[in-house]
Amino acid sequence: MNPIVHAIGAKKSFGTFQALHDINLSIERSEVVCLIGPSGSGKSTLLRCINQLESLSDGALWVNGELLGFRREGNKLYELKDSEIARQRLSTGMVFQRFNLFSHKTALENLTEGPTQILKIPARTAREEALNLLERVGLANKCDAYPVELSGGQQQRVAIARALAMKPAVMLFDEPTSALDPELVGEVLAVMRNLAKTGMTMIVVTHELGFAREVANRVFFMDHGQIVETGTPSQVLVKPTQERTRDFISAVLS
Amino acid sequence: MLQPVEKESAAVTNAELEQYDLSKFEHVPRKKLGRYVAAALIVAALLWLAIAFARGQIEWIYTAKYLFAPVILQGLLNTIALSVLAMLFGVTLGVSVAIMRFSSNPIINWSAMGYIWLFRGLPTLLQLLLWYNLALVFPTIWIPGVAEWRTVDVMTPFVAALLGLGINQGAYTSEVVRAGLLSVDHGQYEAASAIGMTRLRALRRIILPQAMRFIIPPIGNEFIGMVKWTSLASVIQYSELVYAAENIYYVNNRVIELLFVAAFWYLVIVSVLTVAQGRIERYYARGSSRGFQAAARR
Ligand SMILES: Nc1ncnc2c1ncn2[C@@H]1O[C@H](COP(=O)(O)OP(=O)(O)OP(=O)(O)O)[C@@H](O)[C@H]1O
Ligand SMILES: [Mg+2]
Repeated sequence: MNPIVHAIGAKKSFGTFQALHDINLSIERSEVVCLIGPSGSGKSTLLRCINQLESLSDGALWVNGELLGFRREGNKLYELKDSEIARQRLSTGMVFQRFNLFSHKTALENLTEGPTQILKIPARTAREEALNLLERVGLANKCDAYPVELSGGQQQRVAIARALAMKPAVMLFDEPTSALDPELVGEVLAVMRNLAKTGMTMIVVTHELGFAREVANRVFFMDHGQIVETGTPSQVLVKPTQERTRDFISAVLS
Repeated sequence: MLQPVEKESAAVTNAELEQYDLSKFEHVPRKKLGRYVAAALIVAALLWLAIAFARGQIEWIYTAKYLFAPVILQGLLNTIALSVLAMLFGVTLGVSVAIMRFSSNPIINWSAMGYIWLFRGLPTLLQLLLWYNLALVFPTIWIPGVAEWRTVDVMTPFVAALLGLGINQGAYTSEVVRAGLLSVDHGQYEAASAIGMTRLRALRRIILPQAMRFIIPPIGNEFIGMVKWTSLASVIQYSELVYAAENIYYVNNRVIELLFVAAFWYLVIVSVLTVAQGRIERYYARGSSRGFQAAARR
């Protein structure tokens, strides 16, 4: 089976600082992978490279069978145009730490914007699908609310629905609950848990080790721009083999 | 910690409690002396002005007589037309140039900066005169293989004023728009990219509408400024309000009376614009704070 996300020797530098060192990974369809690791270890950078919000400095990434950022013809690699990169991004849906809902649009309009503008789906169909999605995240009654009128947890659920409205092959979550008050974390995790049950491929950066343990198929531990340890949640979270993983997990749990 | 405090408060006697009952006291409002003094001074100043004008050598009857004279009304219409069209032209230019300044192509970026540098640097009146006298440099204007015109025929006072004021306005507006675009959170741009929008589409659909909230108040201000700048067009014989008033007082010598006629109409236009600006601001404020939602839906 072909991996849906595949990285070979992926590197990313910001000026002289190298944020990602030689990342190699391979994620299968319907897998849920949790990325954990200390602050500054490059978790967000890796997600942003998969979503092409950043471009790799070296190495290669494939998502859904497509090489990111380039078109291959013969033995030449042609750099893609802005519009082609935008099209490649349709394979991934991104959920941000700070929600980033379009603040001048209602919850429903946030969901229909992409389908009508980019996928050119008729407004009526887009609206029906959006209402279904809002229903799925438990917010059908909030469809006409503007983001400022929603709680953080509700905003994040709308943001998840907005990403799903584009029917992506992979969902990327960058610390989706860390900007939330503790009592709102549960509702967002519940939506993500249900999403995992539908067979969606998910890469989740999170500090919620409980969630990782329960939902993830595999956990990747990152440190200093490298993937230090990978394995099932019970391997990585309970019996880590690496010193750095052990230190991190005991620090988070304490 | 909490319990001892509760016990204490339970021990408060009735006499002590009465101290806290404010309903028995007479409420003496703060003295607002400053307000009365200010009001008196302003009323006095206004009275003095009114008396001065009443005694001054102004024949108000002429102001009243010319207020609705056809020449003046035509001038008023021309002023409105020029203001609106020059502003539309200026805002279109300004938005385009602001977007050009965000381009990753350095040539586009630099030409935008060059445009702003040049047209912000030249006095507006000078620009009007340059456009009006363009025929001195280019006697004819042509599109190769399509058509050719004499410049004096094309560069009427109206066209020269429109170009001069619009292009000048565009240079200012582009800076206002750029500041507005910069004030929108970068996360909005990333979210737009993440659902597959190109830079240009994200700017048009997501960033610009949110920037409008910051852009509208200064643009409204500049629109009002534009109404007044159109009076410069009188210098190149465009028959707007001031030009119409001048033409009348050259004949009958009622200078101040006719300037007052023009002043009256300028104030009318500006008042209408002020009200319109408020409406537009409210529309673009949607989604910005909870208080505005109810107002915007009404
Ligand atoms: N645009 C950028 N320019 C320069 N340095 C950057 C940029 N983005 C990230 N970095 C650096 O790259 C490193 C990895 O950052 P990243 O945001 O991926 O960490 P993270 O693992 O997501 O951390 P956190 O848990 O705090 O979100 C950090 O040292 C950061 O300072
Ligand atoms: Mg991060």
